[in-house]
Amino acid sequence: MIINHPLLGPRDSAEFTYLGDASLLNRPDPDTATPKDWHDYAYLRDNPAGLHRELWFHEGGDRSWLVVTRNTVTHEITKVELARDVARGLASDVAGMGTKRSGG
Amino acid sequence: MADHGTNHGTHHRTHGQINRLSGGQIDRNKPLSFTFDGKTFQGYHGDTLASALLANGVRLMGRSFKYHRPRGPLTAGSEEPNAIVALRSGAYQEPNTRATTAELFDGLEATSQNRWPSLAFDAMAINDRFSNFLTAGFYYKTFMWPAAFWEKIYEPIIRKAAGLGALTGSADPDVYDKGFRHCDLLVVGAGPSGLMAARTAAEAGFEVIIADEDFRFGGRLNSEHEFIGDQAGADWAASQVAHLGTFSNVRVMSRTTVIGTFDHGIYGAVERVTDHLRTSAEGQPRQILWRIYAKHTVLCAGATERPIAFNNNDRPGVMLAGAMRSYANRWGVSAARDAVIFTSNDDGHRTAADLHRQGVAIAAVVDTRADAPSAHEYAVIAGTTVTDTRGRLGLNAVQVTDATGHSRWLKAGSLGVSGGWNPNVHLTSHQGARPVWNDALNAFVPSPSLPPHMSVAGAAAGMLSTHGALHSGVDAACKALEIDPRTLPALPKADDRPVTQSAFWCVQGSERAWLDQQNDVTVKDVKLSHQEGFRAVEHLKRYTTLGMATDQGKTSNMGGLAVMAELTGQPIADVGTTMFRPPYTPTAIGVLAGRSRGKDFHPVRLTPSHYWAKERGAVFVEVGNWLRAQWFPIEGETHWRQSVDREVLATRSSVGVCDCTTLGKIDVQGTDAAVFLNKVYCNGFAKLAVGRTRYGLMLREDGIAMDDGTAARLAEDHFVVTTTTANAGKVYQHMEFVRQCLCPDLDVQLISTTESWAQYAIAGPNARALLQKVVDAEFDISNDAFPFMACGAITVCGGLRARLFRISFSGELAFELAVPARYGDAMMRRLMDEGEEFNVTPYGTEALGVMRIEKGHAAGNELNGTTTAQNLGLGRMVSKAKDSIGSKLSERVGLNTEDGLRLVGLRPLNPKDKITAGGHVMSAEGPVNAAHDQGYVTSAAYSPTLGNMIGLAFIKSGSERIGDRMRLVSPLTKTSVEVEVVSPHFVDPEGERQRA
Repeated sequence: MIINHPLLGPRDSAEFTYLGDASLLNRPDPDTATPKDWHDYAYLRDNPAGLHRELWFHEGGDRSWLVVTRNTVTHEITKVELARDVARGLASDVAGMGTKRSGG
Repeated sequence: MADHGTNHGTHHRTHGQINRLSGGQIDRNKPLSFTFDGKTFQGYHGDTLASALLANGVRLMGRSFKYHRPRGPLTAGSEEPNAIVALRSGAYQEPNTRATTAELFDGLEATSQNRWPSLAFDAMAINDRFSNFLTAGFYYKTFMWPAAFWEKIYEPIIRKAAGLGALTGSADPDVYDKGFRHCDLLVVGAGPSGLMAARTAAEAGFEVIIADEDFRFGGRLNSEHEFIGDQAGADWAASQVAHLGTFSNVRVMSRTTVIGTFDHGIYGAVERVTDHLRTSAEGQPRQILWRIYAKHTVLCAGATERPIAFNNNDRPGVMLAGAMRSYANRWGVSAARDAVIFTSNDDGHRTAADLHRQGVAIAAVVDTRADAPSAHEYAVIAGTTVTDTRGRLGLNAVQVTDATGHSRWLKAGSLGVSGGWNPNVHLTSHQGARPVWNDALNAFVPSPSLPPHMSVAGAAAGMLSTHGALHSGVDAACKALEIDPRTLPALPKADDRPVTQSAFWCVQGSERAWLDQQNDVTVKDVKLSHQEGFRAVEHLKRYTTLGMATDQGKTSNMGGLAVMAELTGQPIADVGTTMFRPPYTPTAIGVLAGRSRGKDFHPVRLTPSHYWAKERGAVFVEVGNWLRAQWFPIEGETHWRQSVDREVLATRSSVGVCDCTTLGKIDVQGTDAAVFLNKVYCNGFAKLAVGRTRYGLMLREDGIAMDDGTAARLAEDHFVVTTTTANAGKVYQHMEFVRQCLCPDLDVQLISTTESWAQYAIAGPNARALLQKVVDAEFDISNDAFPFMACGAITVCGGLRARLFRISFSGELAFELAVPARYGDAMMRRLMDEGEEFNVTPYGTEALGVMRIEKGHAAGNELNGTTTAQNLGLGRMVSKAKDSIGSKLSERVGLNTEDGLRLVGLRPLNPKDKITAGGHVMSAEGPVNAAHDQGYVTSAAYSPTLGNMIGLAFIKSGSERIGDRMRLVSPLTKTSVEVEVVSPHFVDPEGERQRA
């Protein structure tokens, strides 16, 4: 497969290692989460036949984590994002501000 | 037989090539000598092994897999099921090679296979007489009982009797390689459509790769007697190849088989670089596996002719009619001087015409169709079939039966069979698409849902005329690359006769009629499979082994499933076809491995002190990819324990040095560095002072311990973290995950510096005294100025920048000294020189392990993926004042039971007894079984300090059982030892030494 890295362009998937479901980005809020939230986060994963958002690590490259949207049936990749950008978006969604927080 | 060479007006010497005709694309000025089964023959440059053997009157080239039936070539290409031989000799010998694709070279040695004692007299041919017992499903039925017989009796006998070639048993001496190529357009196959596709793209300026498995480009044009414009087809192909050669944006790859279609336009291709040469140059790869990244691909793989099944259709001399045409037109060869053609379509007549033109006597063209076209030069028998053949080691007569059932025998040494052509759709279905049935062609054609950016042209797409091939090649390139076809010159005139194919698979009343010649599957076997309920095509395949031989059923699958369709009364379209998977043709394991062989399969990493250690005679051990010194034997030591015990005692009594470079080192920098470490370690780091080091434990999010190490704070915003050797990569990846995915707004950066710093542990009561001799004077490393767990940037040996950490794995007064890796060798030698007065002793990983067990430090055996901080006795380290990875789930009830496992030490009551790692601990009294298991030993060693073996173990409620007597059992080694539960800190439990 070829993963179109947002910074580096198309790269062979052999340069990456695979982690799995990108729901790992949604770590529960330690102040409010219930044990069930933690259980679901640690153990439950979707395994869809079709579009799947998943985490890939560019180990043989720039060591960035990517969120790759891939069809598990056809292997078609429709979207590749820096996980860091996705995580920042999540944080702003949680905050309900609708805009990205600045880094740093 | 007479030498026919002169009969055709040729004036060259034919060297016994009794079946060599005139013409062909061979170089008669370059005669080549080769051997088959030890006998010497002559051929010409441009021949294949099969064409050269046929020229010499050799039709018998092999024996079949199961019945050991005599066999000759069925085809003239890579789809060949029968003419399978071993090439070369000694370690270079390669079994199961197709004679039909092996390019002849001077000195080629070939040997037939699967026969004993000789090809002409094969004792195992007796199997043929017992064919009634060797039918489909034979293995499953015969060897059901008794099971023990299978391994000892049946399997060895069958392995000897059945099968193909044998391995040499020697290592493959050839070199293989891998490579990567990129292009705008990959053209697979260099027949008329492929050549046109490549030319169209090349002239428009695109980067083009055109690959063909053959050594001569042109595809069927080389095998046909036809014209393109006013040029012979083969000459036109040669001119196109020459034209392509003038473009710098075109890469022409002959002898290159595209073996597989992979995701996202990636193709695997095997280039046979030296297989056609007698010897290769030193270091030249025999074959190269190319990974081709193609933006677009046009598949121009052509078509494969399909046979018709009739009784005894497998004798040497029976061939596909198109192959016969190839031998006659391309190589100037015929299998015999006379031929019968058996056909269900017009293509067979083409063979008859070409052979007749070449001087081969056509006994008859037997056409299944009542309305067969007639011919002036030879007899055409319409509405008739071939029903049997004769000839023990080669065909000599053909039985012909008409519609009324009247039979007669025709004498002939060769029989050409044509049942039509099947498009080579293989590469279109490697991604999962199944080919679809085309009623007009009576064949499977590529699925409309092709792999992305692939198109199909020419015969592979069902365009069976040359005219159609040329046009579809141009069209495919134009569509893929958005070239305006109106800008292109007109195509030359080519053969445009309409091609019709009928669905005639099997002659009525056939039984021992071969469908899969390589795996000996007959019509009778398919009938049996149907009768016994194995009717789905995938079941048929596995029950009869149809299409499962090295040729993957290229000439047999269609016939097999057509017979099944007839039996089940279904149309073929409904029966469907089995899946095609890579590789397209048999591929040497060697080329898949490439250079990843021997030491290059598993590269090793060398520590900075490696060459020094080697000089000292160190024994090395692989730790991950690293080679580490395990111990350093000295004169007189004959057993590893002597060396290890000495190293431990010398370190504990004076000073020892160990290379610990392999521990992972991660530099953590940024204003949020401490906040970040607070997140990844379960214990706190925010308040760690600059110049101090702290032990840290990392948990997985599920609360299980992941790794441990130290974090040294070199500056407010700068930490150096260490990991275990084995987990260096994994921990780095985890930390990047936390940084990028969970804490994206922290100001922190990570970089792995494992290879940048050579790091040495200097341990023992004289460690400081030794260090003081290399550390520059302005740095005070006294206990007051540089206490236990201190760290800092220093210089050594007169200005060399270094880092010093006062950390101890051995429990002794110890430091770890890091210098830039390029100074690692010199630093070690310096430490040895300066340490002479203290009798400094280098120690390896064994002594390191013994000392950490004596000290009760956890390592990989204890951090084994099932244990928690609580289990390790480090439960109180998990800070409740902050959130860290794993902290929440480590609080789960199940991980915090009262009888949970705790790390303890074990001591044998009898000092001579052995502690076995992996052994289980039971109560002193009571049953010994899994239900009464109290825990298990993770690490064990002989402690030279204590004079007996010791162990670390996880035991239920272990910390409350200190002083208890228990039993250590190992049913595997039948041992049972009385032990006492003790503190895991066997040596210096108060930690006085490390603080000295």
